[in-house]
Amino acid sequence: MATSVLDHAGAAGIHPEKTGFLSWITTVDHKKIGILYGASAFIFFLIGGLEALVIRLQLMKPDNNLVSPEFYNQLFTMHGTTMIFLAVMPLSAMFFNFMIPLLIGARDVAFPRLNAFSYWVFLAGGLFLNSSFLFNAAPNGGWFGYANLSSKQYSPGLNMDFWAIGLQILGIASLAAGVNFFVTIINMRAPGMKLIRMPVFAWMTLITQLLVLLSFPVITVALILLMFDRLFGTNFFVPLGGGDTMLWQHLFWVFGHPEVYILILPAFGIISEVLPVFSRKPLFGYTAMVFSGCFIAFLGFGVWAHHMFSTGMGPIADSVFALATMLIAIPTGVKIFNWMGTVWGGSIQMKTPMYFALGFIAMFIMGGLSGVMHSAAPADLQQTDSYFVVAHFHYVLFGGSIFALTAGAYYWWPKMFGHMLDEGLGKLHFWLMLIGFNLTFFPMHIVGLEGMPRRVYTYPAGLGFESLNRLETYGALILGFSFLVFIFNVIKSTRSKVHAPADPWNGATLEWAIPSPPQEFNFPVIPTVHGRDAFWEEKRAHGGMMPEPPRVSGAGIHLPNPSYWPFMAAVGVLLLFIALLHHDGKFGPLYIFGAVSVLFYSIFHWVFEPAEG
Amino acid sequence: MVDKLFRTTLFWATLVFVLTESALVFIIVKFRGKPGDPEPKQVHGNTMVEVIWTAIPALVLAMIAVPTVRTIFRTYEIPTGADVLQVEVIGHQWWWEFRYPQLGLTTANELHVPVGRTVALKMITQDVLHSFWIPQLAGKRDVFPNRSTTLWFKAEEAGDYPGQCAEFCGIQHGRMAFQVIAQTTDEFAGYVSRMEATGAVSPAAPAAPPADSTAAKPAAAAPALTTTTLAATAPAAPDTAAGAQLFMMKGCIGCHSLNATKPMGIGPNLAGIGQRLYIAAGWLKNTDANLANWIQHPQTVKHGVLMPDLGVTPAEAQSLVVYLRQH
Amino acid sequence: MDAHALHPATSTGIPNRKLAIWTFIGSECLFFASLISVYLVYKGKSLVGPYPSEIFEIPLVTVGTALLLFSSLFVVLALNGCEQGNRKKFLGWLAMTILCGFFFIGMQVYEFTHFFHEGLTMQKNLFGASFFTLTGFHGTHVTIGVIWLISIFIEGVRGHVPPAKALNFEMAALYWHFVDVVWIVIFPVVYLMNS
Repeated sequence: MATSVLDHAGAAGIHPEKTGFLSWITTVDHKKIGILYGASAFIFFLIGGLEALVIRLQLMKPDNNLVSPEFYNQLFTMHGTTMIFLAVMPLSAMFFNFMIPLLIGARDVAFPRLNAFSYWVFLAGGLFLNSSFLFNAAPNGGWFGYANLSSKQYSPGLNMDFWAIGLQILGIASLAAGVNFFVTIINMRAPGMKLIRMPVFAWMTLITQLLVLLSFPVITVALILLMFDRLFGTNFFVPLGGGDTMLWQHLFWVFGHPEVYILILPAFGIISEVLPVFSRKPLFGYTAMVFSGCFIAFLGFGVWAHHMFSTGMGPIADSVFALATMLIAIPTGVKIFNWMGTVWGGSIQMKTPMYFALGFIAMFIMGGLSGVMHSAAPADLQQTDSYFVVAHFHYVLFGGSIFALTAGAYYWWPKMFGHMLDEGLGKLHFWLMLIGFNLTFFPMHIVGLEGMPRRVYTYPAGLGFESLNRLETYGALILGFSFLVFIFNVIKSTRSKVHAPADPWNGATLEWAIPSPPQEFNFPVIPTVHGRDAFWEEKRAHGGMMPEPPRVSGAGIHLPNPSYWPFMAAVGVLLLFIALLHHDGKFGPLYIFGAVSVLFYSIFHWVFEPAEG
Repeated sequence: MVDKLFRTTLFWATLVFVLTESALVFIIVKFRGKPGDPEPKQVHGNTMVEVIWTAIPALVLAMIAVPTVRTIFRTYEIPTGADVLQVEVIGHQWWWEFRYPQLGLTTANELHVPVGRTVALKMITQDVLHSFWIPQLAGKRDVFPNRSTTLWFKAEEAGDYPGQCAEFCGIQHGRMAFQVIAQTTDEFAGYVSRMEATGAVSPAAPAAPPADSTAAKPAAAAPALTTTTLAATAPAAPDTAAGAQLFMMKGCIGCHSLNATKPMGIGPNLAGIGQRLYIAAGWLKNTDANLANWIQHPQTVKHGVLMPDLGVTPAEAQSLVVYLRQH
Repeated sequence: MDAHALHPATSTGIPNRKLAIWTFIGSECLFFASLISVYLVYKGKSLVGPYPSEIFEIPLVTVGTALLLFSSLFVVLALNGCEQGNRKKFLGWLAMTILCGFFFIGMQVYEFTHFFHEGLTMQKNLFGASFFTLTGFHGTHVTIGVIWLISIFIEGVRGHVPPAKALNFEMAALYWHFVDVVWIVIFPVVYLMNS
């Protein structure tokens, strides 16, 4: 099988393994990479959650001094950066990786080694960002790093260098994955799976990749300009040199708004998969769901300045962006109604995934409505930069994305790991999460409208913020505890060794037609698809359920070989950016030379390594 | 007008919330599956229904869009006219400077305005972005280093309105508050006179105490102070000589001015400091103990501020407090 | 072993690698669009000189532009030769392409050096910052393209790029065209449009 690569690698003394620790380093299997993303993202999620808990403990009392103002500012900056780039995005990536090839009937993604590279670069970026804590120099300028606070003059330490460079590293991972999944979905669908027959999660993933491909270059440019200001003394965002701080905001939000759709569209996709299965009827209005997703993505590039209403851009700009923001509420509303239409008239199976999916709808409605309130620009001048907007985005990002990702986790867990998660513990997780979440974030609407600004390390007594802040902290503790329940569930269920069948939920899509967990080659025979909900169709044609699919040998199926080079190239990328941090030190040129060498050496071997035996 | 817009959006949001969430609960209850249920009708969609639930939200949004655009244009129209009080706002890390160009006065962290008159603000920052926000009086407006922004408001009732910086601006963003004191015409005139008087008196000489030196709120009417009234009504003035000397020797004068008629100094203008409600930028009650502590240990009270710990002893701090109370 | 032949047919009929390079190019368009926007935002806003009209050497840059444009034609001819199995045509025109690439880079290096001597650095003013960043990144892309083309040339000389493997060259050619198109935007916007 892998003769040529082993010969080649053998000459270099390297033998990619099939099992054990090294098999994870060299894997190019989308399923293993998905698990790597999921495990890493979950750990970063817990770190981000811990940061949030400390924030909440500090804010529990007025004039509190649990943490210093400097550390607090690092906490909220890292909380935002971590949750967005190191938790929600890679948790979505876990599902892109594991499920997309299965949903479209493929054996792997278009570029398996590039896929592995994306993961290792992501991990490098996450570790790089968090290593800043070791130097007491964690980023402290807010997750959107506004100029000119982010300039060298006003942020003299390494904090914002870690931020700018860390995000660049993560950007490379996202762009590589964007190309990969875009090509995979467009080009590697099973015969008969026309785009308009694809599962909605695949559609939402496709659109998300397009958003990544078009928005990440903009933040890349912004970060490059910031880095040049900080490292080389240019004046892009330095007012004394003529720089314009508004330029940073425009560049950032042209990226930043599509980014929030990157965070929510995969969640929309997951919900669109879960609801039909647990209502036992198809998605209501498939075409509208697909087109509304496309419309949201397109419009999403036209609303960015609604994050800038308080900057005084003038009445025409304000009006245009206010109207565009309201417009985007229409396709979003259509989705919510279509989801409800899916459940209407169904036979609802109240299993854990369904709990979280229904919770998603309830929470996302609230987040969407507070978003509409924000779109009224003059009213937004009270709401923006206050706890009201903190409430809004947590309702859509936690009540939305996290609830949906959790639904996806409980839904696809049996397929990924081969055992069921405990239903009782799952429901307990749900109720604790729902209650804790609402206790934490609902009062923020009120406290924000009462005048509490965001990103403040403390507040004075006597303004009326005390009791609600305390309530929010209790809520946060309950929310944190709910995830302990989840962890306990995972451990208990893994140990129980109760095997999951291929199709525990009577699923509609192709992944349920193969064993749990799938064999390396996914499908013994690539299926031919005749319509939407392909697996329901197949079961119907066979008069009901299908027998448990057997595990087969897979001989004669060509799979890509494992490889060290994606990992090594990622190391090269990390070294290059670390070298950037040290560029003006004594050994600066040496670091850069070393990094570039590792990178070129890895790329060279990657290119000339045969992809398949 | 903005309030009305807010209430409009709140109304529609609440209505939609109630309708959709109750529909959701209804659906969950009514269509709960039971074991042995037959497969439900496999509906794929309904064009008519989908058109309706696209059109209705569009209509609701139109109801919000029209007043939104109208209000946007209105809020950008800065009122002009002789009756409008012009104020310049300069943001600093981590305090607010206020100037009255029509009156030739400079102050910090406490903005006195007359009730019932429009106040037009022209705003800028000396360093990083900040945002000027008086929640009870107006929406917020960011301040920039290279372009001025504008805002206007009108206080309809006398009172003390807290404000806060609303754009993250560094370590002490959380302690960059300010107060807007809305006063009657007479009270405001009294305030202006007192501030103008600080220009006539040199910082070294002790100033006469105002009529009610122990008042916590300056809302009480004060008689117009003239130099003759000052001399005539001066009771036994507290001994401010020590404090006056310390103010110079310790270097306070290097950053702070006690003269409201000249905008000078790196730090907040301290004319009127004795009567301000709060110190350290609008959040620390202006008691003798707090003021003494602030003077002695600024880096402990508000770590990171430009004001250094100068090694002021408690006794020295006391003298300075006595001195500052007269200003 | 030919990886291309082993792959099953793709849903669109376009090979994965070709779709990938097009996708990548699409993304890079936004990268350069952002850099060009920054240049345009700061056009005329420099607080001090040197200013564009003082130091641009339009004739030289025009020659470089023309060479880059021709190189796109040359790479088409080279690709043609590769697909036909015409070794001389393939390698000959590829060499010409690489040569043009070198000339362009040389022109830029000369220009940058000349600007340095005239006192224009990235730190000097907004023109310097935005100009060097935009054209510097473009030049980096050209350099990467030249390296890529050279490696294909070497592989071609060793006989490793038969018609069946022309796709690998086609990817590089597409990338080369992209780099050229970006310059076609930069040249008028930066050099010709002068206030």
